[in-house]
Amino acid sequence: MSTVPVEYFLIVAAVLFVIGAVGFLLRRNLLVLLMSIELMLNSVNLTLVAYNRIHAANHAGQNLAFFVIAVAAAEAAVGLAIVLAFFRVRKTIHSDEANLLKN
Amino acid sequence: MKAFDLAFFGLTALLVLLGGIGTVAAKNPIRGAMGLLMAIVGIAGMYLQLSAEFLAAIQIIVYAGAVVVLFLFVIMLLGPQATTSAGAAGTKVSRYFGAGVFLLSAIGAMSLLWRTRSELAALPKLSPQHGTIEGIGRELFTAHVVPFELSGALLLVAVVGAIAVARGKQVDPTLAAKAKAPAEAAGGGDAGHGAHAKEAG
Repeated sequence: MSTVPVEYFLIVAAVLFVIGAVGFLLRRNLLVLLMSIELMLNSVNLTLVAYNRIHAANHAGQNLAFFVIAVAAAEAAVGLAIVLAFFRVRKTIHSDEANLLKN
Repeated sequence: MKAFDLAFFGLTALLVLLGGIGTVAAKNPIRGAMGLLMAIVGIAGMYLQLSAEFLAAIQIIVYAGAVVVLFLFVIMLLGPQATTSAGAAGTKVSRYFGAGVFLLSAIGAMSLLWRTRSELAALPKLSPQHGTIEGIGRELFTAHVVPFELSGALLLVAVVGAIAVARGKQVDPTLAAKAKAPAEAAGGGDAGHGAHAKEAG
């Protein structure tokens, strides 16, 4: 059983979330955007599991993390399918080119 | 014991943070996917330290085994066009502002956490089933059985939807040969499309 305090894990999760959010806002490659979303989901999962370590009477946090993993897998599959369909239309995966509905 | 725990935590934290930065900063998306893999393996190590063994295994199987491989497949499918030029070159001020808001709120959250860390300090004793397949499965199939079944339905819908979106409009060759003979069918289809476009305009 690990003796590392839980707040260390929470701080790592917060830093990872900021890395993912900053990457999502500043990058233009659709694949990198999807990877940034995965990073953010992973950091939230880490937070849930870390708090479940303190409130260890049940597995609420770990169960929620389990469902988040399932939803993240579905999101990655559908998101990558959308990237492929977008690439077929515009021949690029630059997110600024996704302006067909503008004006 | 304490030193080993700290060293293990430091190793996983290094993996997570370097992997995250590598994911976001990489010019080549393949390197980004490798960074994502690194971060995911690091998080699986953190789950082990938080006595979530089942989730650590799931993390490796689902993320490292399926999601990262899916990303790599798509990158290979797109070829060299998967790399877009101009990273943050033409980035608007509003995007930097949004990133700064995230950064500030995270710093605020971390300082709050650090100030109240004494309330978190006591780690409770765990039951031997905490985080194992038995412990989680017992709750998953009793208290959380409805969301569990719904997530199965969600995955099925996602699979069908992903295939439908990624395939696009495929022409069945046998149907195309049949449709070639009566040409007016295609003409009618075009007229309908034009009328629809006019309506939309």
